[in-house]
Amino acid sequence: IMFTTQVYGDNGKMKEYHYTGPVEHRFSPYSFNGGTVLAVAGEDFAIVASDTRLSEGYSIHSRDSPKCYKLTNTTVIGCSGFHGDCLTLTKIIDARLKMYKHSNNKSMTSGAIAAMLSTILYGRRFFPYYVYNIIGGLDEEGKGAVYSFDPVGSYQRDTYKAGGSASAMLQPLLDNQIGYKNMEGVQHLPLNQEKAVQLVKDVFISAAERDVYTGDALRICIVTKEGIKEETVPLRKD
Amino acid sequence: MALFDVSGYKSHSELRGQILGTGVGHLIDRPNQQFSVPVGVDPSGFLKSCSREGGVSIDLNHGTTTLAFTFRHGVIVAVDSRASAGSYIASKEANKVIEINPYLLGTMSGSAADCQYWERLLGKECRLYKLRNKQRISVSAASKLLCNMMLGYRGMGLSMGSMIVGWDNKGPGLYYVDDNATRLSGRMFSTGCGSSYAYGVIDSGYREDMTVEEAYELGRRGITHATHRDAYSGGVVNLYHMQEDGWIKVCKEDVSELIHRYRKGMF
Repeated sequence: IMFTTQVYGDNGKMKEYHYTGPVEHRFSPYSFNGGTVLAVAGEDFAIVASDTRLSEGYSIHSRDSPKCYKLTNTTVIGCSGFHGDCLTLTKIIDARLKMYKHSNNKSMTSGAIAAMLSTILYGRRFFPYYVYNIIGGLDEEGKGAVYSFDPVGSYQRDTYKAGGSASAMLQPLLDNQIGYKNMEGVQHLPLNQEKAVQLVKDVFISAAERDVYTGDALRICIVTKEGIKEETVPLRKD
Repeated sequence: MALFDVSGYKSHSELRGQILGTGVGHLIDRPNQQFSVPVGVDPSGFLKSCSREGGVSIDLNHGTTTLAFTFRHGVIVAVDSRASAGSYIASKEANKVIEINPYLLGTMSGSAADCQYWERLLGKECRLYKLRNKQRISVSAASKLLCNMMLGYRGMGLSMGSMIVGWDNKGPGLYYVDDNATRLSGRMFSTGCGSSYAYGVIDSGYREDMTVEEAYELGRRGITHATHRDAYSGGVVNLYHMQEDGWIKVCKEDVSELIHRYRKGMF
């Protein structure tokens, strides 16, 4: 006898349950803890923002687990994916930053941190860190810089990037509002800091509405030559 | 110190040993890091097996069309700029040509991280060659270095299809190197999932005595038509021309505009 039921699976697609025979379950070293990260580069500032929800499956482990980590006075990294790997990776980056500072008597620049992170991630090419990284900071000339990575270290410099569970929802919105894509006859105004912060808040509010893994609160880190300012904004808790 | 070991940092004493020369010169300097491998599992199938459990989906940046051909006035290199992670377009303006030195270019197709890492390492080896031997490395030698790096990791799931393009004492050079350590010299290659479409276009339009402008147009058309039909290629066409005194970047044009120009009757 075949029993068939239709259920909504993890990613929103319909799943069909029917008996197919014995299935092998094996230990998976990974798990998905959700979260969305966003970074925007302006003329003389950079913004890195993340939600603070930590989830697993149908549960929420914590409502106060931000995903932005301060690396230097001019660089912040956002990491989403598997929380265990996020913690270890940031620990390793901090250790390497300290070693560099002691050997070279200066802090690492944002571009150098990005290149270093690429090789750290590629060192685990055959057993990857399940982390989607985005670095936001100021480059040597004081201009905003954003570097986005894939789990094994491929990276490039961008003006704006969204990563994590709601990235596919946020990226097109950023393309339109910051990149002025798919619009005609609109004046391309440069992005100032107040507008960028408001846009980030609006964009996360939208993400929290439609992505179950994003919500609770939003942590914004604004990087300028004066330093790093943090702001927390509440989001939907459901 | 567990964190020290796993962080991939090479200590000062190890570096000194290398500089002062402990053993006979290696063909390539061993990379600073050891690669961690999951215990007891075949590395090439490991990621796929994890991707079914509990919402975990590790998608790596992939997909491309690249092409290169030699003609009377040098070598033309044209690439698209789309990086896809699964079905999501991770980047619309990825850079798939690595400028190793003013006389050498490498293209990237397949896994973005593999290409970026190994071609950057190739760049380092070419620089070391120049410092040690006081002359620029030949295209043949550079492509062989890359090929041997791939041979060392054969069967472990790397994915890289690359063309090494340069101009050395023997004239213009074009080599195709891939993750199986295949290395082929030739006059025309195209790699990536859109390569079949590109071959159709450049095979039909190619003549050895083309003018420079005709060659640029052929390269652009090849990529444009491939992006039109292949879902995993798109973005902009980056066009390079390798000449006797080095490479120049010719143009960077959006494929949607190009396809409208070429297929006037269609839309």
